[in-house]
Amino acid sequence: MCTHCGCSATARSTLTDVSDSAAAGVYEWVAPQRRLLASNVVPAQPSATVPIQQPVLAPISTPILAPILAPILAKNDALATANRRWFQSQQILALNLVSSPGSGKTTLLVRTLTDLQDRVRFSVIEGDQETTNDARRIRATGCPVVQINTGTGCHLEADMLARGIEQLQPPARSIVMIENVGNLVCPALFDLGEHCKVAILSVTEGDDKPLKYPHMFRAAELVILNKIDLLPYVTFDVARCIDYVHEVNPEAVVLELSATRGQGMDLWYEWLLRQVPFSKATLPAHMTQEQLA
Amino acid sequence: MHELSITRNIVAIVSEAAAGRRVSCVRLQIGKLSAVMPDAVRFCFDVCAQGTVLEGARLEIDAIDGRGLCNECGTELALTQLAGHCICGSRDIRHLAGAELNVKEMEVC
Repeated sequence: MCTHCGCSATARSTLTDVSDSAAAGVYEWVAPQRRLLASNVVPAQPSATVPIQQPVLAPISTPILAPILAPILAKNDALATANRRWFQSQQILALNLVSSPGSGKTTLLVRTLTDLQDRVRFSVIEGDQETTNDARRIRATGCPVVQINTGTGCHLEADMLARGIEQLQPPARSIVMIENVGNLVCPALFDLGEHCKVAILSVTEGDDKPLKYPHMFRAAELVILNKIDLLPYVTFDVARCIDYVHEVNPEAVVLELSATRGQGMDLWYEWLLRQVPFSKATLPAHMTQEQLA
Repeated sequence: MHELSITRNIVAIVSEAAAGRRVSCVRLQIGKLSAVMPDAVRFCFDVCAQGTVLEGARLEIDAIDGRGLCNECGTELALTQLAGHCICGSRDIRHLAGAELNVKEMEVC
């Protein structure tokens, strides 16, 4: 047996030259001697009349390596930059309020709007997966509001904000409050074009939240500890929590307040109005220029 | 599940760069401190790639280690999480690497 292909060593094959109408000769080949046995061998005459059958070759597709080097969030970041430029051109202060669900974002907003709206013009973008409940609470204060329902989405993105702003048409020299979807993870990654993120943490949640969700607390410039009126009823160590905030974000400002009872709200208003890019004439009457210097 | 949104962005970026050519491989850089889970991106990738030039493409992810520089003593540190202290006690640490979220390259046929 042939060791190359497994065929029989005694097999015979016959080749017929068909270059002429009559068979010009027969080659007999006997393996393994591999010698021509026929005596009347006539060399094959090449003929131009018979086309040579060439097999069709399949192209070898070599993958080409193409560099891209694009930030995955480039599109969102570009839209966020456009939003930020527009806010700046209109002298609008836009804040992105982020927290877990139930920390009191809407209560804080409602109280802020009620207390300051005769001094500063506010507009609100409400982000929730479903319902317009929060928007209705804001609307009850008389403040213009647009509700964005993200459906299955867990955060707001820059294009959603752009569409919300287009509908809301906030006036120049005003404040736009963006209440993000209640979620301490995803909104940290998505720049909306805001002036800064404000993280709200309530004392009913546990003082180690900053360590558990470090990305959010690192991304925020201001951290509000809300519901401090409930401190007597919960085991929440304020000093430890503030230390944890500074562990992930040494630059963060931390304010303690109760949006329901009003404790500490003055400090929040002071911080808020210090961020406004327009005239300080909008300050609440009880706050002096010296306090804000 | 922001990874779904992230993966949609990846597919959009690569589809645009491929300009109609078939993509056989996509390579990403994901920093270990970026809050994006490579496994969740892999999970979403096949679904997001369906019906695009990326359908059936291999996904390769380079995980980038976190690195930081202590602003107090200048020591370069390996960061395994966002919070932490330098050996000198300072927590004023500048992040040098680990937050990457990039589409690095692709293979097209």
